[in-house]
Amino acid sequence: MAHTKNDSRLDRRAFLQVSVLAGGGLLIGFSSPDALAQRGGGPGGAAASLAPNVYITIHPDNTFTIIAKNPETGQGIKTALPMIIAEELDVDWAQVKIQQADLDPKYGAQMEGGSRAIPSNYHNMRVVGAGGRVLMLAAAAQQWNVPQSELTTARGVVSHAASNRTATYASLASRAATLPAPEVTTAEAALKNPRDFKIIGQRIRGVDAQDIVMGKAIFSIDVAPPNTLHAVFDKCPVFGGKVVSANLDEVKKLPGVRHAFVVEPAGQGSNSCVSGVAIVADSWWLANDARRTLRVMWDEGAAATQSSVGYLAQARALAAKAAAATPAAASAPAPAGGRGGGGAMIGDVNAAFAGAAKVIEAEYFFPLLSHAPLEPQNSTAHYKDGRLEIWSPSQIPSKQHPATGAGIPPENVTMHLARSGGGFGRRLVSDYDVEVGRIAKMVTDERVAAGLPSVPVKLLWTREDDMAHDQYRPTGYHFFKAGLDASGKLIAYRDFVASTNSVVPANEFPRGFVENVSIMSENVTPFSVPTGALRAPPTNGVSFVIQGFIDEVAVAAGKDPLQYRLDLLNSPVGPGATGGFNPARARGVLEAVREMSGWNRRSELPTGTGKGVAFQFAHAGYVAYVVEVSVTASKALRVRRAWCAVDIGRQIVNPSQAENLVHGGLIEAMSHLMAWNITIDKGRVVEQNFRQYQPTRMSQVPTDIQVRFLQTDFDPTGLGEPSLPPAVPAITNAIFAASGVRIRSLPLAPQGYSWG
Amino acid sequence: MEYSLNVNGVSRKVDVPERMPLLWVLRDSLGLKGTKFGCGIAQCGACTVLLNGQPTRSCVTAVSAVGTRAVSTIEGLSPDGSHPLQRAWVELDVPQCGYCQAGQLMAASALLKSTPSPTDQQIDTAMSGNVCRCGTYLRIKQAIKAAATGGGRA
Repeated sequence: MAHTKNDSRLDRRAFLQVSVLAGGGLLIGFSSPDALAQRGGGPGGAAASLAPNVYITIHPDNTFTIIAKNPETGQGIKTALPMIIAEELDVDWAQVKIQQADLDPKYGAQMEGGSRAIPSNYHNMRVVGAGGRVLMLAAAAQQWNVPQSELTTARGVVSHAASNRTATYASLASRAATLPAPEVTTAEAALKNPRDFKIIGQRIRGVDAQDIVMGKAIFSIDVAPPNTLHAVFDKCPVFGGKVVSANLDEVKKLPGVRHAFVVEPAGQGSNSCVSGVAIVADSWWLANDARRTLRVMWDEGAAATQSSVGYLAQARALAAKAAAATPAAASAPAPAGGRGGGGAMIGDVNAAFAGAAKVIEAEYFFPLLSHAPLEPQNSTAHYKDGRLEIWSPSQIPSKQHPATGAGIPPENVTMHLARSGGGFGRRLVSDYDVEVGRIAKMVTDERVAAGLPSVPVKLLWTREDDMAHDQYRPTGYHFFKAGLDASGKLIAYRDFVASTNSVVPANEFPRGFVENVSIMSENVTPFSVPTGALRAPPTNGVSFVIQGFIDEVAVAAGKDPLQYRLDLLNSPVGPGATGGFNPARARGVLEAVREMSGWNRRSELPTGTGKGVAFQFAHAGYVAYVVEVSVTASKALRVRRAWCAVDIGRQIVNPSQAENLVHGGLIEAMSHLMAWNITIDKGRVVEQNFRQYQPTRMSQVPTDIQVRFLQTDFDPTGLGEPSLPPAVPAITNAIFAASGVRIRSLPLAPQGYSWG
Repeated sequence: MEYSLNVNGVSRKVDVPERMPLLWVLRDSLGLKGTKFGCGIAQCGACTVLLNGQPTRSCVTAVSAVGTRAVSTIEGLSPDGSHPLQRAWVELDVPQCGYCQAGQLMAASALLKSTPSPTDQQIDTAMSGNVCRCGTYLRIKQAIKAAATGGGRA
C-alpha cells in the first residue's frame, strides 16, 4: 500500500496564508515549502508567484466554504476532513458548504489509500481551522481595542462579554486581511480541548447524501462535458496479449461509430495502457455494441499457458521441498523490514517441534480476488492543442498518468477529482487514466486531420472488462506447523508461504509471542496475473489464515480460543519483534468483544450454532470481531449476529461513517467468504460478471452488527481497512464452533456451502 | 427508430436503435444520469427504474420493449427530495459511495407502494436484486422501516 510522508504532524516550516476575495470574502490556508517548491515557487520566492493554499473561504453572509482535499470513494473523507476544519474554526456545521478540491500540489498529498487520510491530516486540518479562528480573534481585538484573551468565539461570531459586543467573522474579514497570518505555533496553541468539540465526534451526515438520494450527485461516470464522445477499449483477455490485427474498417461503418483504432501500449507497470482496440461512438452503448462486430487477432503471449490449478500444485511442491530442506537450526536475527518483509527465523523451530508434546499442521489457501467496485472503471478527458483536461476517479490521482497516455508533459494536464462509486483499492491503479489520455489524444488527432474540432472522450469499461483487467488481490498458500508443550503453550510456529507477490506476514502475530518462529516464502512462478492492493492488504487474506490457524492451535491445546489469544498477547518474547504492534491494544479489543458478545455464555447456544473470534492489527488500527453463525447439515450458513470492537485512538471524527465502515467491513468479508474467487485458465480470468462473482446481498446479512469504539490515548487513525480482515476468520472460526468443520480455504461455495 | 417515452410523467421523444437498453437512453439520450450502470446483466440493480410501478433492470430492457409504460427514475421520485424514503435515507446517513442508492431507493419505493408496512422478510425479498458493494444494507433496511407506515414490522 502506498505510503505518505509528513504523517500526523504539520511540517514545521509550514505557514498560514490569508488573502482577500473580490466581494469581501477571505481565504485562509496553509502551505508547506515542499508543496510550493513543486510548483516552482518557495517560501523565499516572490509573493506574487505563490498561489494561496486555500481551505477556508469566509463569505460576506458569514457562511463558509471549506475545501475537501482528498478523493471521495465512499469512505466519507469529503465530510470528515472539513468537519475537522470547521470544528477549530468554531463555526456551525450548518454554516458550511463543502467544495471538492482539484488536484493541486498546494493541497499536499491528495490520495485515498492505506487508511491514511485521518492520521495524515487530522492535526493539519485542525491547525488550518484554528489559524482562521485566531485571525478572527486578532481582528476583533484590534477593532475593539481589547485584549484578545477577553474574547470568545462560537458559531462564526467573536464576542466580548465585558462590553457585550459581538462581530461575525464576515464583518471582521476585511480587517483580518490586513493582519499578518498567524504563526502555525500560535494556531497550534489555540487548538480546542477535545472535550469542547461540537462537530468532531458528532454523527454528521455525508455531505453529498441529499444529492445522492435525489440522483443528483455527479459520479465519475456521470461527467459529460458538451459534445462528449464515448469510448470502449477492447483488450486481450490474456494478460500481456497484443493486437495483431483487427477489422477496423468494418467496425467504422457501424451506426454511430466515429473512430476505431488500434492503441499501442504506453507506460510501464500498473499505471499503463496496454495494447488494444478503441471504439469511439456517439453513445456508449453504440460503441460497446460495435464490439459484437469487432474481430481482433491477438498475440496472446506467454501467459496463455498458466492456470490457477497450476499455481496450487506448484505451491504444494514448493512447500514439500521447503519442509524437506528446513535447516536443522537457525538463529538468524529477525529481519528489520516491515510487514511483508523477507521472512523471519527466530530460535530453533525444528528442535522445538522435536520436543513438543503436540504438533499440528495445516494448509490454508485464499484465492485471487477482484475489487468489483460497483462503478466500473472510467475516466473522461479532453485533449486539445497539446493540453489535456481530465476528470479522474483515481484514489491516487496523478497528472503523470494521462500525460503518459497522451505523450505530453504532466504540467500540461488539468485534473479534476470526480466522486467514484467505490474504490476498495482498485482505483489506486489508474490504468483508465492512461488509456483515456491516449484515446483522447488519438481522437483529437484524427479529428484535427479531418478539419473537425476536438471533443472530450469518455472511456467506460464494462463489468466484464473490469473483472478481466483488475490488479487482483494476490493468492496465498500457507503451510503451517505448530508445536505445543504439555500445558498447551505454543512453543514453535512455522508458516511457509507460497506467494504470488511476496506477501509474507513476517511481522504478524503470533510472531513476537512464541520462542521459536520460522516464516519463509517462495514465489510461485511464472505468474503473469497483475496483483495489487485490495482493502487492507495484506491482512485481508493473511488474517484469515493466521487467525484460523491460531484457533486450531487453541482447540488443540484444549483452551478457550479467545483466552488463548489473550494469554499469548500477555507473553511477549523479545523486544521489538512485533512490527509496531501494541499487544495491550489488541487485548483491549478482544476483552471488549468478549464482554459485548456474551462470549463466556456461548456454551448455551443451540446445536448447530456457534461463536467465533478473531482480531487483527491492520493499518494502525486494532479490530476484534465475535460472530455468531448457524450451520445446517446441508451447509446452509447464516451469520446471525456480530460484535466488533475497534481501537483507532482517542478520537472518532464521525461516528456515523465509522459505524458504516464497520458494517461494510463485515459485509465485504462475507463476499470474500462465500463466493468471491478469481480463477485463471489459459492466462485469462474465468469469472466474467457478478453472476460468477456474487457479492453479499441484503437477505444474507446479520440483523445486528454491534460496534464499540474504544477510546485510547493514541493519535487517531483510519478505519476503512482495519474493519475488514478479522471479520473473515471470525466467521470461519464460528463455523468450526457451530459444526466442527475447520475452514482452511476460501471461498466456501465450492465446498458446498450456501447462505441459509 | 423514434420512440415516445413517458419518463417521470413527461413525454420524451428519442431516436435510438431499438435494441438500445433503456438505461443508456435515459443516461445518454435524455441526460438522466441518476440511474447507474453496474453490470449490464441485471445482477446488481444499480440501474433499477420502475415501469408502471414495477422495479425493472433498465440495463437489460430494450427501449423497444418499454411501449407506453410509465418510466419512473430517481429524478422523479420527488421534486425536492421529500419522499419519505429519501428523507429516511438522509436522516440515517445510509450511503457510503452512494452509487447503488438510486436503484435501492427505486426498488424500495415500489415495495412500499405495494406493501406499506413490510416485514423484514418482505424487505429482504424485494431488495435482493440490489447490491450494495459498500455494505450499507443494515441502514437501508432501517430506512425502509422508518419510511414505512408504522415503521415497518420485524
